[in-house]
Amino acid sequence: MAKLSKKHRNDIILLSAVLLAGILLLVIFTIVLKDTGETVVVTVDGEEFLRVPLDEDAEFWIEGYDGGKNLLVIKDGTARITEADCPEQICVKTGVASEIKSIVCAHNRVVVSIEKD
Amino acid sequence: MKKKYSYNIAFCGIMAALAISLGYLEVLIPFSVGIYGIKLGLANLAILSLLYLADMKSALAVHLLRIVVCGMLFGNAVAFLYSIVGGLLSFVAMVLLKKTEKLSPIGISICGGVVHNLAQMAVAVILVDNLKIAFYLPVLLIAGTVAGALVGVVSQRIIQKLK
Repeated sequence: MAKLSKKHRNDIILLSAVLLAGILLLVIFTIVLKDTGETVVVTVDGEEFLRVPLDEDAEFWIEGYDGGKNLLVIKDGTARITEADCPEQICVKTGVASEIKSIVCAHNRVVVSIEKD
Repeated sequence: MKKKYSYNIAFCGIMAALAISLGYLEVLIPFSVGIYGIKLGLANLAILSLLYLADMKSALAVHLLRIVVCGMLFGNAVAFLYSIVGGLLSFVAMVLLKKTEKLSPIGISICGGVVHNLAQMAVAVILVDNLKIAFYLPVLLIAGTVAGALVGVVSQRIIQKLK
């Protein structure tokens, strides 16, 4: 293989720097925010909509921004959104919420997060 | 490259059509592998190539046209907002970096991808009004780098062939 040009060497430095920063942040986030949530907090457009314990099984319809709806299901100590009326269905695909992984529905401006007591 | 006026118009037209088609292609292929918001950014192929083969103004025009057309065709108002903020900021980053002459198209594409993702993250923080989505930052950083590198490699080949 031909010798790398200076530009390509810079490319590789950049690539490794950004990747390293990403992995480092990922590790820090995982260590700092340990996955032991207790309360499910739902905010709609920045305002608190619902606050319920994670250990009680329940289902709630979240009324999102501009009439959007998401179905929050709390079961066996996990919280997830199983139904949503947005086109993307990203919140449904996100799966179980944890302290480092909030469920976000940007469409309905809904955020489901887990907080420690 | 020929500097004929009509040549430039035709070239930009082809590139705009290409950018829009690539945007459509991306809608067709659900690339979300369990994680949302991750896209290859195929349309950037056309924009990056234009930056090298034509000039900054043509690239910007095609870029804006693509965002508006793709926004109208496949998106809604919210998606458009994400798209335009991410698109403009990444474009500015790419132009500035190209001026420094320190990076190849691959490096510039990586920066474009990362800046695009960070800008969209910023919009999400403002729109959803919850800093918690910052948990997603590292994932977006890595995804932007990988996608940017892939697009950059292809762009470089296009630029070499068409120059």
